[in-house]
Amino acid sequence: MQWELNSDRPVYLQLIEQIQAGIISGHFNPGDKLPSVRDLAADAAVNPNTMQKALSELERTGLVYANRTSGRFITSDTELIQNLKKQSAKSQIKDFLDRMELLGFTPEESIHLVKKTLNNEL
Amino acid sequence: MNAILECNSLTKKFSNVVALSNVDLTLERGRIVGLLGPNGSGKTTLIKILNGLLVPNSGTLLIDGKKPGPDTKKIVSYLPDKSYLPDWMRVSDTIEFYKDFYEDFDAYKAMDMLKRLQLDPNRKLKALSKGTKEKVQLILVMSRQADLYCLDEPIGGVDPAARDYILNTIITNYNENATVLLSTHLIADIEKVLDDVIFIKDGQIVLQSSVDDIRMKEGKSVDSLFREVFKC
Repeated sequence: MQWELNSDRPVYLQLIEQIQAGIISGHFNPGDKLPSVRDLAADAAVNPNTMQKALSELERTGLVYANRTSGRFITSDTELIQNLKKQSAKSQIKDFLDRMELLGFTPEESIHLVKKTLNNEL
Repeated sequence: MNAILECNSLTKKFSNVVALSNVDLTLERGRIVGLLGPNGSGKTTLIKILNGLLVPNSGTLLIDGKKPGPDTKKIVSYLPDKSYLPDWMRVSDTIEFYKDFYEDFDAYKAMDMLKRLQLDPNRKLKALSKGTKEKVQLILVMSRQADLYCLDEPIGGVDPAARDYILNTIITNYNENATVLLSTHLIADIEKVLDDVIFIKDGQIVLQSSVDDIRMKEGKSVDSLFREVFKC
């Protein structure tokens, strides 16, 4: 997995987002076993404590669960993953609309422009 | 469990220059801590006191509740800012050397890391580049099962790829209950592996915080905060 971390936000938050993105994009499949904290940390070149914090947070939201003896797994609850996908789409769209607003377009105009772009009319 | 390191109003003067002034500091176990400060701020002085190479003028420094001495050297693995290994030694000699000195040294682990670096153990230190020599020393230091790893400028004179190797070696080899204290002024390169940072300026601790707190509260990287605090 490609990890991209910038330096002005807490690393664990970025790790959470990227693992979530990995789940949404299918890099991790429902029910998959996750690599160990140490391996994940080494892969992302971060401190194992930080990776641990990110995974604990993901466990709290239910996306990841720990099995006492055999490690951590991605949830098999596909509905949960669908919800995450929708949430993520929503925030992308909001960001987009905010930026379009800065350019002076209303949401309706933006939708119109998106359609035009798709039809190669712009 | 008690703190791995505790300093109480630690002061060190060199004739009339104050290198450390009333330093109070506590380090918890299981953390990677960056000791950050510009040149001449007191980083190395603190580390040398910790390793028993300097004696403070006043105040105390306790490692696992003990004053620096033979007992603490058993649990502190120290990488000095300068090489002290004789140049005539072969890499394999340095491993024997460490094996003789430290009970907690894992020669097997060290050999394994050297193998992965594709470094011939028969080569003499004299024949190694600066970067390779630093890697060898780090491997020796990280192959101990210590409670406190004390690394003085571990990424000082090496290229960015070697820095990544060194950081990776640190994060994959310290055990969960050990603390790593590493001093540097190359902050951007290391901040993603740090739990906590300590800013030291003119011999005084000006900030001790977790990296997450800094990013959360200030909305900026440790590197940018450092540039602000230490602006010349």
